[in-house]
Amino acid sequence: MRKVSFPYLGNAIITFKKLMNAFGNEVVLPKRPTEETLSLGTKYAPEFACLPFKIVLGTYIEALESGADTLVSTGGVGPCRAGLYTTLHEKILKSLGYDFEMITLEPPGRHLRELISSIKKLVNRRLTFADYYRIGRFVWKELQLLDKAEKLSHKVRPLEVKKGETTRVYKRCTELIAQAKSYKDLEEIEREIELLFEKIEKKDYDPLKIGIVGEIYVVIEPAANLEIEEMLGDLGVYAERSMFLASYTFYNAIMDLFRMPGERDVKKLAAPYFKEMCGGHGRESVGNAILFAKRGFDGVIQLSPFTCIPEIVAKSILPKVCAKYDIGFLPVTLDEQTGKEGLRTRVEAFVDLLAAKRRKKHKIVKGDVAYGTLLGN
Amino acid sequence: MKIGIPRALAYFAYYPFINTFFEKLGMEVVVSDPTSKEVIDAGVEDAVTDACVPVKLFHGHVKNLMGRVDYIFVPRLVRVNSEATFCPKFLGLPDMLVCSIDNLTNMLEVRIEIIKGKRQLFLKCLEVARRFNKNFFMTWKAYRQALRSFESHIMQFLQGGIPPLGILSQDKSSDIKLGVVGYPYLLYDSYVSLDLIKKLIGMGAYVVTPEMVPEEIKKRYAGKLRKMLFWTFSNSVLRTAFHFLETGCVDGIIHVTAFGCGPDFIVDKVIELEAKERKMPFLTITLDEHTGQEGINTRLEAFVDMLRRRKRKEAVI
Repeated sequence: MRKVSFPYLGNAIITFKKLMNAFGNEVVLPKRPTEETLSLGTKYAPEFACLPFKIVLGTYIEALESGADTLVSTGGVGPCRAGLYTTLHEKILKSLGYDFEMITLEPPGRHLRELISSIKKLVNRRLTFADYYRIGRFVWKELQLLDKAEKLSHKVRPLEVKKGETTRVYKRCTELIAQAKSYKDLEEIEREIELLFEKIEKKDYDPLKIGIVGEIYVVIEPAANLEIEEMLGDLGVYAERSMFLASYTFYNAIMDLFRMPGERDVKKLAAPYFKEMCGGHGRESVGNAILFAKRGFDGVIQLSPFTCIPEIVAKSILPKVCAKYDIGFLPVTLDEQTGKEGLRTRVEAFVDLLAAKRRKKHKIVKGDVAYGTLLGN
Repeated sequence: MKIGIPRALAYFAYYPFINTFFEKLGMEVVVSDPTSKEVIDAGVEDAVTDACVPVKLFHGHVKNLMGRVDYIFVPRLVRVNSEATFCPKFLGLPDMLVCSIDNLTNMLEVRIEIIKGKRQLFLKCLEVARRFNKNFFMTWKAYRQALRSFESHIMQFLQGGIPPLGILSQDKSSDIKLGVVGYPYLLYDSYVSLDLIKKLIGMGAYVVTPEMVPEEIKKRYAGKLRKMLFWTFSNSVLRTAFHFLETGCVDGIIHVTAFGCGPDFIVDKVIELEAKERKMPFLTITLDEHTGQEGINTRLEAFVDMLRRRKRKEAVI
């Protein structure tokens, strides 16, 4: 039996583990990236590799140490570098003396045949067509549920009365989802999640709204972005990120088959400023920032790993776009040196600024409870 | 009509074509001043902080031309062959410039995506020439001459010269043969590269750059990596390095890269691992706007000395 491991990406590992098990593989579950993971990755990765590269390399080493013999990851067609990461990861790990097989899942648009042959390698059990349908439906539903729980937690956290309650409920939700075995279970859990979040005691006010855009790995994985969403939630800010795994998978893996990857409206919005697709999520960052502005958000935070090329291009365009739409902008560059407290200071200052801006706009005096704790009540 | 051409990025790879074409169209071509401290400072001031030096330099060169010319030529290089594109920063360059530099209104943005060879190149030239009301025959003549000048430029490289640095030929009897790989906009900008190539030649080495290796030879090494790189210049560098490693036709390899260069971390690591496997001496030089002369001199001297000693030792054995 293959012992499969994969990069750690938020809660998606819950689903991916079940998928691999259903295909008849043993799974070595990747550990949540810690300081140690990162320093392992930094030690063996080239200096200018981006943060996701280093974290994933560290995760791989840990997984191989605990006995994995197959690594699965996604590919890409460029011009973003991430499409080549598996090639380089494999080279580095082999030079360190590990013995394993690397399986790259390429996007189906240009590499359909390779994708099918990689998936074949991963299926080690006789499955009927009905089985595939059952697995597919379950996985899709579970991904959506995970995203839903996370979205709810972001919505509720700034409003909670008792600090930390949302985080606790959210954790409970992911545990519930992890235990689900069938589609029916998931349907029940969905109702329960809604109930659990409803039960949290909430304040009634209109929180500041901040949109999070940027490179997918650092946006989705809390260990990479120093839990910025939780940080914002604790400050009483509603944070919404532009990317969730289920929709991302849909737009980029399934729509790619029909040669139209990416979200169309976002692309259209970004087009006047960003005329060329330049890989990664640079154009999506600009498009989503405009989308947030149109929906009446107060600010945008851009998360990017150091040396990420598409985000650098986006970063030079975003200030102008945000100024035009009159919305706050904070670029955050993440690497192995970024400290949580430093980031917190910057985020706090940014939130204060946005609050002041909103106050000025609505002519609210100090002490008004309408905009939450930050406005000095 | 004055047209300004920034002396950065694609300029170093394609300048004979660009310059000749616009000159023969009957325009006055103004190339920005060679890179200097002022140009770099001007670029650093406006460019986004974590961009690489060459991109910052491009901003500097554009600012250097502003107010002096009617149009500033900014190519958006997408691809020049069907196998790879350019670095995302090349793709987004005009967008970055418009947002980073205030009052930049006279940019002549030309999107270059040439997959089908020369016919498509000519159509592109025609499109550009039409903006300046030049007729078909004039464009054809300019295009032919530009192509000829570009071809002779390539020939000079193949004969062992490095025309952008004014080196017409090198001493073939040099005892050390060095492969210096890197992107043209780093290697041939003598200010940023701190005259690295001339220094090496001064130390008595024969320098081979990626442009000096014929395209057919590079193509042979296309399948060396399981997956081809996505970027044209990087492919050229990596294939040249593979050519050096496989044939052993050089004594050592120096990889010149810019601080924060995105594609290069892959290129550099691959060359490093392959060189280690084949016991080929390998040195990486990372350049940025703060790199000092003396540090580079010391490292180059040490590297060349090491190669000489190694050669002597091999000769004894």
